[in-house]
Amino acid sequence: MKTASHEAGGLGSEGLTATGARVSPSRSFVPVAVRRILTGLLGAVALWASGAPTAHAYTIYVSSEKDNEITVVDGATLKVQAKVPVGARPRGIVLGKDNKRLFICTSDADHIEVMDLAGLKVVRTLPSGPDPELLALGPKGRFLYVANEDDNMVTVIDVDEGTKVGEIQVGVEPEGLGISPDGKWLVNTSETTNMAHFISLVSRQVEANVLVYQRPRVAQFTPDGKQVWVSSEIGGAVSVIDVPTKRVIKKLRFAIPGLRSESIQPVGIRISADGKRAFVALGPAARVAAIDAKTFEVQKYILVGQRVWNLAFSPGEKLLFTTNGVSNDMSVIDVRRLRAIKSVPVGRLPWGVVVAP
Amino acid sequence: MEPRGPMRRAWILLPWLLVLPSMPWAAQLQVPIGLIIEEHPEHIPLSSLEPAVVDEVVAGAEQGIRDNDTTGRFTGQDFKLSTLDIKRGESAAAAFRSLHDKGIRLVLLDLPAEDLLKVADLPEAKDSLLFNVGSPDDPLRFRECRPNLLHTIPSRAMVADALAQYLAWKRWTHWFLVTGPHSEDKAYADALKRAAKRFGGKIDEQKPWTFQAGARRTDSGHFHEQQEVNAFTQVGDYDILLVADERDEFGEYLNYRTYRPRPVGGTQGLVATAWSRVHEQWGATQFQRRFHEKTGRWMTPGDYAAWVAVRSIGEGATRTGSGDARKLHDYLLSPDFKLGAFKGVPVTYRDWNGQLRQPLLIVSPRLLVSVSPQQGFLHPVSNLDTLGYDRPEVSCGG
Repeated sequence: MKTASHEAGGLGSEGLTATGARVSPSRSFVPVAVRRILTGLLGAVALWASGAPTAHAYTIYVSSEKDNEITVVDGATLKVQAKVPVGARPRGIVLGKDNKRLFICTSDADHIEVMDLAGLKVVRTLPSGPDPELLALGPKGRFLYVANEDDNMVTVIDVDEGTKVGEIQVGVEPEGLGISPDGKWLVNTSETTNMAHFISLVSRQVEANVLVYQRPRVAQFTPDGKQVWVSSEIGGAVSVIDVPTKRVIKKLRFAIPGLRSESIQPVGIRISADGKRAFVALGPAARVAAIDAKTFEVQKYILVGQRVWNLAFSPGEKLLFTTNGVSNDMSVIDVRRLRAIKSVPVGRLPWGVVVAP
Repeated sequence: MEPRGPMRRAWILLPWLLVLPSMPWAAQLQVPIGLIIEEHPEHIPLSSLEPAVVDEVVAGAEQGIRDNDTTGRFTGQDFKLSTLDIKRGESAAAAFRSLHDKGIRLVLLDLPAEDLLKVADLPEAKDSLLFNVGSPDDPLRFRECRPNLLHTIPSRAMVADALAQYLAWKRWTHWFLVTGPHSEDKAYADALKRAAKRFGGKIDEQKPWTFQAGARRTDSGHFHEQQEVNAFTQVGDYDILLVADERDEFGEYLNYRTYRPRPVGGTQGLVATAWSRVHEQWGATQFQRRFHEKTGRWMTPGDYAAWVAVRSIGEGATRTGSGDARKLHDYLLSPDFKLGAFKGVPVTYRDWNGQLRQPLLIVSPRLLVSVSPQQGFLHPVSNLDTLGYDRPEVSCGG
């Protein structure tokens, strides 16, 4: 049985099959290490060739669930600049419309923290309801929508007033939140109910419920607002929902030679601004799938760190950043060449990633 | 690759294409579920830290109903639980008939193996779908399978294999097996012996436990256990003492009192189980909290087995748009069925004996230690099938 080295590396010795037959020893860490060095070098060359240091000044923020920190990475050098302590168990993060603030779901602290990006300090907290996991900012930047896993609610927070202004009852364990580009729809996924709930941002009512695959995580609209893509971690699939009809028009499945279907668990989704290409993080499969968003064909499975979770583009979409929850790093994908060019060690259990220009 | 079972049916996919209008909905489909529980012998936990649980299984089923109903609000399905408690010696068949008379065709059973089979073999049970949520007996999985009976509780073989794989990974292959006086203790010990053969364990020493332990509440009672266990465990060297004490009567007394400084596992100490309060991965934290808030206690493996059964029905009803036992049976055993059950991978059913495939937790009393199957234990169909009786070992068709 062929097993990818990153998967079996932890055992590092011979295993036994159920019937007691010997199986071939797992490959060691060495090829991975060599590959890391090579990709690091290639990455350095690629960055030098693109003249990155002066061309694009931007910053990457990564939440570390275990270290209770936001890791700040300079986009030009891809070096960690700072680690900012925040409340307990930071997971979902989102950038303010002014690009000056970061909103952080500190799940175990049961509130939202607001970090000032100039001073790199938490300056404010917002009420959120218990166990906030993911959040989305409304089109005008005034209302924050937060998924509260513990009480089956999406909470609406007025950012300016710092108050809770509404609650919307949804399915069991609400998780992903996606807002349509026209600001009309908020799509919330519920992990145990297995649905995408279409919430009208005008009425704040659930208007439609679409059944998707098991344990839906992330909801991402296409830039034209015509589709919303929903990843299902346990179902191992992505449902593409047509927004006008609220129907699932495509079920995307993934197959990677040598990997069990159980280890393919789609989570983070990003779609390029031109709507042509989508990237889906596949969790324990340690791959990001690059997909032609028109034909729905997988173009490439890009090898990245372990338990790849969430994704963010650099401004201009030359690079794609991934949080890798088990290998505690951020992979940097060259979008044109569809390969990882660098791994940046960040805090433990990296979860969310956001890029600020 | 999952095994291809019954043919993919068009009706399974139909509800997929439907848009479900906004809530609230009047329920259009009632899905009644029955639960028959035979009174357990009263069990006072050895440790005063453990609460005596009186609503095991039923609390898990009720959690499943709550979770199903949240989905049901959106799909127009309403799930209702009818529980019947019977005393030892009372007829489970009569209880089943009374549920059947009320039109209930989906029934969870927390019964000893022989009563389970009596119910499954009733003529009335032919059109029903039954879930064994209480009996870990292996013969139900390799010899006495029934087409209308699924098992959401792991078999002893699965539990023993899960532990043995971890011990193989640790290379703790020399075992000292201590077996309690009851038939279920012997069955657990037999499962360990089978696992030893499969995963390279060697039972170097074995002894039956014949003493009366239980001096915890007696002043200076600890002297007794200290002396007894010290003398009892003076055997040749081994890596780990494995104890078979399913009723939790003495196993807890072995740890820290053995003659040699060696760990204890099995039914106490390092335990393989379907569920434990220490589990908090893959979204289990929210699930544990939800249950604890409602019941004031932690979920047990029995609760979890009942929850999985009710959620399997719920997931089947959502996907097929039906509460019909035959349709649900076919769907649950088809490759389309996948249930998220806080184990990191989908749980499914083995089509050859109706056993739920699931990863098992390896736990110490306060923390998760590991999850089996262990890395490197491979299987051509699903690595989860390295736990328990595999298709070629089963003689009951399917």
